[in-house]
Amino acid sequence: MVFLEIKRLRKRFGTLEVLKGIDLSLEKGGFLVLIGPSGCGKSTLLGTIAGLESISAGEIRIEGQQINDLHPSKRDIAMVFQSYALYPNMTVAENMAFGMEMRGVPKAEREKAVAEVAKTLQLEHLLKRRPSQLSGGQRQRVAMGRALVRKPRVFLFDEPLSNLDAKLRVDMRVEIKRLHQRTGATIVYVTHDQIEAMTLATQIAVLKDGELQEPRDRRETAPAGGAAGCPHQRLRSGRYQVSN
Amino acid sequence: MSAVDLSAVPPRRMRTSQSVITRVVIYGLLIFFAMIYLVPLIVMVMTSLKPLDEVTGGNMFALPKSPSFASWIRAWGEASIGVSDTAGISGYFMNSIKMVVPAVLISTLLGALNGYVLTKWRFPGHKLVFGMMLFACFIPFQSVIIPMAVILGLLGRIGNQLIDATGVSFGFGNPTVNLVLCHVVYGLGFTTLFFRNYYEAFPTELVKAAMIDGADFFQIFRRVLLPNSMPIIIVTVIYQFTNIWNDFLFGSTFAAGDQSPMTVALNNLVNTSTGVVEYNVNMAAAIIAAAPTLFVYVVAGRYFVRGLMAGAVKG
Repeated sequence: MVFLEIKRLRKRFGTLEVLKGIDLSLEKGGFLVLIGPSGCGKSTLLGTIAGLESISAGEIRIEGQQINDLHPSKRDIAMVFQSYALYPNMTVAENMAFGMEMRGVPKAEREKAVAEVAKTLQLEHLLKRRPSQLSGGQRQRVAMGRALVRKPRVFLFDEPLSNLDAKLRVDMRVEIKRLHQRTGATIVYVTHDQIEAMTLATQIAVLKDGELQEPRDRRETAPAGGAAGCPHQRLRSGRYQVSN
Repeated sequence: MSAVDLSAVPPRRMRTSQSVITRVVIYGLLIFFAMIYLVPLIVMVMTSLKPLDEVTGGNMFALPKSPSFASWIRAWGEASIGVSDTAGISGYFMNSIKMVVPAVLISTLLGALNGYVLTKWRFPGHKLVFGMMLFACFIPFQSVIIPMAVILGLLGRIGNQLIDATGVSFGFGNPTVNLVLCHVVYGLGFTTLFFRNYYEAFPTELVKAAMIDGADFFQIFRRVLLPNSMPIIIVTVIYQFTNIWNDFLFGSTFAAGDQSPMTVALNNLVNTSTGVVEYNVNMAAAIIAAAPTLFVYVVAGRYFVRGLMAGAVKG
């Protein structure tokens, strides 16, 4: 069953067309990784799903419901930002509960939900601290906790690991994958790191110049669009014949 | 062996003696210039503590023989100000407080709101609007006096009509309210500039996160932006407080008699042309007039430099 569906989505900034007709679909519990060179429009695409960017044409549906014109808070999505975007003036617990507070959830219920997620992510001892008193990895976990606590239909990750050092990045990658398997969440994940894409995704979409290269099975994605490869690969089109 | 030779004493001793000389020169200069700045204040304080015959008959730099606060008390509650009936500067001091507190609060808050909109809720033409607000910073006081007088005259007429109709003026035509309006309008360019530059460097992702969390325009402003704006709020408050408190031109033009702010009253006290000039009372009044700005600097000054530097360097 298609859970998240994007049809003929276009995004223009003035005369510049950034997304040129994107078609995508993701099953419930799927893990879609958007990968591509910088400036290809992958973060913009994520922004349109979140509702932070308006779209010029096309439609976005979650569970069949069209969400194009809904306010970000009404789309039932949660986003983890590259910079984590934790509110510096609030404690970890307040950060996680802020969304519920804005939606008028009673305090007791908020505290219960925060405690539950904090346990899952082993954040319990950090709840009273402020973001400035946390390490990079801890901030990352709090940002994920803030997303989890909302129990959204879709999680959006915008290059969540690119501010971490190499070792932590691997650890967090494992943690994200585990989280995905345990909660069965539906995730859209933007990165420019192929290894992240390969290890995390159930489905990979390669974006280049605002166009989608055919979404493929992950075993054959690497050369798609010439956008990937380490070191960078040059592709040539050619033909070969098998002669008798 | 060579290590011992290298760390042998002579070159190092030379360096230390050199640094001692440098220190002496640096501190000497600092103390010298600090003294130059402090002399007027010291003379003011000493003069205010002397009786009048000691001031007129003695040396300006002589210490008071029997320090007393008599002239401070006179300045505060008894001295005659110009042709007004009110005695002392206490009433005018309160006038200034009543003007400066709302003017600072309103202009700071509006500046913050402007800065928020100009950086995080951009609209077509936001650059032009900001450019024009910036332009407001370069308009001299003198050139707005006549237009301002016309507007305040209009507000005064509205006030009179309101009094005729309802018996209450709702603040229209009240000199203090007028001065608050002048200073808010005039200060808006500066406060907007401060906050816009601060919020320009403020991470937009925080605003986006709050949007996803369901906070509306004012909730984002109040819960996310303002609590993280302490350095620039302090800069703006100090700047506005000093400017508005020290303003003489608006105060002397748009308020008269008992309604005048402190600066005007001080002028009327000092420039009186009848009787003996009571230098000790004048000095005491001048110190009282300068005290609030001094107080604000002492309390919040260390945030001032920090706030001015904020956003200049990332991190």
